[in-house]
Amino acid sequence: MWDYLKLVIFALITVLAAIAASYARDVAYQVHAILVVLIAAGLFVYTLRGVGSEKVVETGYMDGPIRVGAALTAFWGVVGFLVGTFIAFQLAFPELNFAWAEGYLNFGRLRPLHTSAVIFAFGGTALITSSFYVVQRTSGARLWGGNLAWFVFWGYQIVILLAATGYLLGATHGKEYAEPEWYTDLWLTIVWVAYLVVFMGTLMKRKEPHIYVANWFFLSFIITVAMLHVVNNLAVPVSIFGSKSVQLFAGVQDAMTQWWYGHNAVGFFLTAGFLGMMYYFVPKQAERPVFSYKLSIIHFWALIFLYIWAGPHHLHYTALPDWASTLGMVFSIVLWMPSWGGMINGLMTLSGAWDKLRTDPVIRMMVVSIGFYGMSTFEGPMMSIRAVNSLSHYTDWTIGHVHSGALGWNGMITFGMLYFLVPKLWNRAGLYSLKLVSWHFWLATIGIVLYAASMWVTGIMEGLMWREVDAQGFLVNSFADTVAAKFPMYVVRGLGGVLFLAGAVIMCYNLWMTVKRAPAAEAAGDAAAAPAE
Amino acid sequence: MMDTYSIMRAFADSWFLIAMFAFFIGAAIFAFRPGSNKVHKDIANIPFRHEDKPAGDRD
Repeated sequence: MWDYLKLVIFALITVLAAIAASYARDVAYQVHAILVVLIAAGLFVYTLRGVGSEKVVETGYMDGPIRVGAALTAFWGVVGFLVGTFIAFQLAFPELNFAWAEGYLNFGRLRPLHTSAVIFAFGGTALITSSFYVVQRTSGARLWGGNLAWFVFWGYQIVILLAATGYLLGATHGKEYAEPEWYTDLWLTIVWVAYLVVFMGTLMKRKEPHIYVANWFFLSFIITVAMLHVVNNLAVPVSIFGSKSVQLFAGVQDAMTQWWYGHNAVGFFLTAGFLGMMYYFVPKQAERPVFSYKLSIIHFWALIFLYIWAGPHHLHYTALPDWASTLGMVFSIVLWMPSWGGMINGLMTLSGAWDKLRTDPVIRMMVVSIGFYGMSTFEGPMMSIRAVNSLSHYTDWTIGHVHSGALGWNGMITFGMLYFLVPKLWNRAGLYSLKLVSWHFWLATIGIVLYAASMWVTGIMEGLMWREVDAQGFLVNSFADTVAAKFPMYVVRGLGGVLFLAGAVIMCYNLWMTVKRAPAAEAAGDAAAAPAE
Repeated sequence: MMDTYSIMRAFADSWFLIAMFAFFIGAAIFAFRPGSNKVHKDIANIPFRHEDKPAGDRD
């Protein structure tokens, strides 16, 4: 029965999308409608071929979406880093904005592609993958909802596809990190609610009496992102057959809503979600429980209560009232404490096992990632102070800060997660080569150092150049002077990106060979197997 | 008569602020309550159980 209903739904979507494609008012919408036709028609055929086949009741953990997710995380990582490295060189060498690709592959179109590819494609896929893995293991229960997990997984990939193609064709809200247009937003809302349902359903049928702290972080990430996404993307489409929409908010309210969203995308997507990863994978890799479970509880509640207020620090010296930007600044500074509490908790998990740093490059990666978490959660509160912000804002310092968090913290913990997960998921005794992990580790670390250091130099330099006045009170430098002065640092930044990208390519090779070549893990033995170590 | 914004703003600045603060302090105190050590030790070890199979799944 369900099969027939699915066939009807897919057929309807195919027909409606085909109609929409023919009435389309702009190219992006038309391309998207055609993509939807292809996907829905493909699913129709796929479902049709499966009609009447016996359904087997599956037991054990549902690792299918997690395997695909691990592979896609690595893939999106390389794509995102590649685009990032390319646009870094576009800034250094403007000739790379090729005339023949103007309007498609110039910096303005590729920049949101890069940010969304790393945050939402690489980071988002990593989060969905690891949360599905962790919630099953820490609940002792199979994912709830059967194939709903597959819907969440592929539905999210469709969001990425629509967003990425939309940016290149010019369909954008113009809201940073929330660029996808109205229909992509609606689809993401549906997928996200399904994600919440799968996650909550699994938690509800858990066999452990308590909910492990990693799941608290994952859950807060899912719920908060749902709220942020819906409120920030409130918009009215101009036409149901076009990709353009008009924001519901205007002026400073719109700016405040955007940065309430924007900062909590950092706070809940890139921090809370990845902390969920940290609280599971660091103890697993170190083979000892988290340093202090009490501290993790305090960490959780403090982070949740504080992060949501920090957004106004993006709007110092704007039309936003002073009280609001002061509020954002104060909460940002207070946020330093729980952030470092979490960092200490992660690092101290290794106490008594520090020797592993010497022997295990995966744990080294995780430790460096926590180190970068600590560094960027110190830098962030500092930059939110109004006086510091007057120097740092609109300069490359901000870009450097974002990247020490994103490459250092999010990137490295995700690499660590992949190195942990892939042998487990494909039942391998270990990784293909630890030596290659070491290579990846050093390439990535040196790449980040080059990136962050060059952005500090160029950011502070341009901030100082912008405010420099002569004895008569006239500005000394024109904007073009600062651009010219930044050239060497832009080249260094691009080279840092090349190193980071090279590390990620080595990781892909290593993971591929792990699946293909590494010896199988010894048979798990009796069912009630002891922990795999 | 006060407009909606002022009413909500006054409420947010007073009672709701107190409520949230009280919740946070309560959560912290609850985490440090006597007898929590044993429970927390047990929870902290959850990642080292059920690695390969759901609880109660035998083959």
